[in-house]
Amino acid sequence: MNVAVIDYGIGNLASVDKALAFVGATPTRATAPAALASADAIVIPGVGHFAATQALNRDWRQPIRQALERRVPMLGICLGMQWLCAGSTEAPDVPGLGVIAGACDRLSGDVKVPHVGWNSLDDIAPESVLLRGLPLHGAAYFTHAYAVPVSGDAVATTTHGRPFASAVERDRVFGVQWHPEKSGQVGLAILTNFVACAAEVTC
Amino acid sequence: MLTKRIIACLDVRDGAVVKGVRFEQLAAAGDPAVLARRYNDEGIDEVLLLDITATLEHRGALLETVRRTAAALFIPFGVGGGVRSLDDAAALFDAGADKVSLNSAALATPELITAIAARYGSQAVVVAIDARKNGVGSRFAVFGRSGTENARRDAVEWAREATDRGAGEILLTSIDRDGSRAGFDCALTAAVATAVSIPVIASGGAGTADHFAEVFTTGRADAALAASIFHFGEIPVAALKRDLAARGLPMREVA
Repeated sequence: MNVAVIDYGIGNLASVDKALAFVGATPTRATAPAALASADAIVIPGVGHFAATQALNRDWRQPIRQALERRVPMLGICLGMQWLCAGSTEAPDVPGLGVIAGACDRLSGDVKVPHVGWNSLDDIAPESVLLRGLPLHGAAYFTHAYAVPVSGDAVATTTHGRPFASAVERDRVFGVQWHPEKSGQVGLAILTNFVACAAEVTC
Repeated sequence: MLTKRIIACLDVRDGAVVKGVRFEQLAAAGDPAVLARRYNDEGIDEVLLLDITATLEHRGALLETVRRTAAALFIPFGVGGGVRSLDDAAALFDAGADKVSLNSAALATPELITAIAARYGSQAVVVAIDARKNGVGSRFAVFGRSGTENARRDAVEWAREATDRGAGEILLTSIDRDGSRAGFDCALTAAVATAVSIPVIASGGAGTADHFAEVFTTGRADAALAASIFHFGEIPVAALKRDLAARGLPMREVA
């Protein structure tokens, strides 16, 4: 199972690779768009400012669109999930891919922002492919200041100041605001589900 | 609800875990990879590996220790001690660290905070502040080089600056309390935690469950770190978290 992890020049991908290998996949570091042609599944990682996704728009947008047409399963993590939406108020001039409903906005309320630490996954959709078998209110590790709004695409919500979409799913496009590579058994479980989906076992 | 994090610290010298009492008198306490895995199984929320002698001595086999410890760890894993450059940080990230902790190097070269944050994200940069009470009033002085050198900085001011420069978290150690088991310095912790928007990890002085409860309430800490009380099994991690949850503190449950 060849899982392409898109390397667009920001962040640390070693932990993502390690977790994918642990659940039985073969992670490959995709440094050029051609690498997506042979991928069974694609992971879009990401940390930091939404403006960093400009590199995705420049070099990766078209090949990712083409992979979606081939129904290659895709998982956006953290900033990678946010990029699946229309965009973010963090960098209003930078468009997202627009395959998940809504646009990201900064967290607010009587809480510390950024939201850093373990928080619970609530309102888990029973039909979710990605979150299948997860315990309700299981905890995941978050570190972010902007978030995707709750919409019909949300398959889990989490509350920090206000509720936001902590996992989204539409057909074979998945996104998690948290870090599955850092969320213990909960994280390994969703990566297992994602890889199974790519193997056409479960979706 | 966002939970309060319990972090196990592995003070490592030459690949083995040691624990200093007030940064001196080191006594061996085990293999970092074995300890990290045990804590993970017991429900620890995060692991920090601190190469405690790195700023003073040669780094040795730190990267190999990090690689071995990270191999089967799927929770946040920070590494600190002797990180002086973007290349040092990059090597630790490649070896499996999720966060690097900067202390003396950040004091000497604050731009390093920004450089690492720009490449790896703020969430990957922890600025460690070792502080002690200043004698007068409620101010706290920062010390670098493993607590041996007065940095002539105020802890709250330095924490603010580190935040502005791109730090994602502050690891705040009370030198007065470190190794004392007399409780965290809640005054120090609250002073910093209320001054910055990023999470503050309290460190130094953990001895009982009461101490953790105090630093999460009075001390306003987002996370609390301990070493020897976990290493010697005096307070099992799972029992500590159950105890704190029973007091109404939000804790991550582990099946």
